Amino acid sequence: MAHFTKATSVHDWVNQRLGIDTVRRVMATEYWIPKNINFLWAMGMVLAITFALLLVSGIFLLMYYQPNVNTAFDSVNYTIMREVDFGWLWRHIHGVAASVVFLVIYIHMFTGIYYGSYKKGRELIWISGMLLFVTFSAEAFSGYMLPWGQMSYWAGMVITNLFSLGGLHADGIVEWIRGDYVPAQAFLDRFFMLHVLLLPLAIMGVIGLHFGALRIPHVNNQDGEEIDFEKEAAKYKAGDKKHSKVIAFANDFMSKDMFVVGIFLIFFFYLVFFHYDFAMDPVNFDPADGLKTPAHIYPEWYFLWSYEILRPFSTNIGLMAFGFAQVIFFLLPFLDRSPNAIPASRRGLFAVWFWLMLIDMIVLTAMGKLPPEGIFSSIGFYAALVFIGLWIALPIITKLEKKA
Amino acid sequence: MKNGRRGFMGKAFGAVAGVGAVASLYAMKKSWDPLPSVRSAGFTTLDMSAYKENELVVEKWRGKPIFVLKKTAEMLAKQNDADKARDILVNGEHYMVCIGLCTHLGCIPGYDSKGESFLCACHGGMYDFTGMVTKAPPPRGLDIPPFKIDGNKLVLGEEGPEYKKMKETGITL
Ligand code: FES
Repeated sequence: MAHFTKATSVHDWVNQRLGIDTVRRVMATEYWIPKNINFLWAMGMVLAITFALLLVSGIFLLMYYQPNVNTAFDSVNYTIMREVDFGWLWRHIHGVAASVVFLVIYIHMFTGIYYGSYKKGRELIWISGMLLFVTFSAEAFSGYMLPWGQMSYWAGMVITNLFSLGGLHADGIVEWIRGDYVPAQAFLDRFFMLHVLLLPLAIMGVIGLHFGALRIPHVNNQDGEEIDFEKEAAKYKAGDKKHSKVIAFANDFMSKDMFVVGIFLIFFFYLVFFHYDFAMDPVNFDPADGLKTPAHIYPEWYFLWSYEILRPFSTNIGLMAFGFAQVIFFLLPFLDRSPNAIPASRRGLFAVWFWLMLIDMIVLTAMGKLPPEGIFSSIGFYAALVFIGLWIALPIITKLEKKA
Repeated sequence: MKNGRRGFMGKAFGAVAGVGAVASLYAMKKSWDPLPSVRSAGFTTLDMSAYKENELVVEKWRGKPIFVLKKTAEMLAKQNDADKARDILVNGEHYMVCIGLCTHLGCIPGYDSKGESFLCACHGGMYDFTGMVTKAPPPRGLDIPPFKIDGNKLVLGEEGPEYKKMKETGITL
């Protein structure tokens, strides 16, 4: 048995048993963050806070929501929205946060791409981040089924049909996923389970992995500078905070981080109170009807770019392009052949690649929302080709890149 | 010696855990299967004498919409052999009976009785009055549900000789 002495304080009593001083040192006061970063480095904390908002509002929604095809719609649109005191608040927070979380994820991703934060030991940060993107997408999709409105039903129909794998006609898989020939009670129940238990558990696990992957390589910085964290930390600890290139995670970095979070929260609650409607599709305020397709089915805005890659092609090619779009971002650390982990602005052709990719994804998103007719069809088609082309070009242009 | 014993215990546990893992995966897979009550969810019987020419009626079979369209004489005149093979004949009348889900990704196409064609609003696919594709992305014509002709009636869910023939010749999946 370890040696325990008579405690001198409550803190000491707990510390002897749990080692909280060590935890604090490892996690906060001696976890080093570079000084040369900007507000984009706060997006991780913004995401963590948004996830917490989703969790808390979700708990309250869960108290009144009923996963039954006959009562689900009313339990959301009547019970929660009209009867429960402040029920509207939880629903609007949940809906707005589900949308905004993707906006911040995309900013977080493109920040990583711009500054090369997926290279030189940071590959696992990128891969675990992409896993989070996938689990968040599944979480968003399963949650979208729950109000059991027209868009829930038909998005559920169309997306689960993707699993028939086009020309392979694997209808058995589709029926297995749904538990029925069409989305019905079994379908609603299992997506409810996924949304409130299995996927949140998976997300929390992967968040742990994401943070863990960050620990050894440390956070990147905005100049692509290779920092000797041990040397700089020694300076900091010796009291030379001014010349040290790093600061402690807490309280130094956290104070700035939480300042950005504060600004974000003001914007977020402005949306929740005054502009929540952007996150609530009007079509979903009609109850699900298996015998009537809405005139125009589209997913939420954050899935539009990949949906647009699926749409302009015939079934099999569309599915392949879609599958490509889903996995290709995972491979970024390996497709980028350049050893330079510096900002895109100093990487020649890669800077062009970065901005083209960003613009192309915005174009795809816009086209995905418009009806698939005439000129929009063609723009969408070429934007999808550009997307694929850019990924094919990436290894070549990064190979040609000179060592910085 | 000690290592050998430990190795054996490791392998023994691995074997037990492996059997358990496979067995539980099997149980989990089966628990996701559609329930027997869902699987056996009845047959739909349609009285074919009730339909009017060029007027689309949407019936329901296993939760899916079923398109029934009685063809007009002009339509029949326009049909080629491939079109004719998709016809269902009941009491000398020609019908199109199809599952009303777009073969692309399962939206319900709408019928335009003037143009005698179907338009799927989801991704712009089109079908003619026989259920054949006239504009991509749908990869094939509308599927024909299993049917059996029984006098004036059509039983959906049962495979009659006419349906089996369509399936063999690849007219429907
Ligand atoms: S579902 Fe009909 S065209 Fe895609």
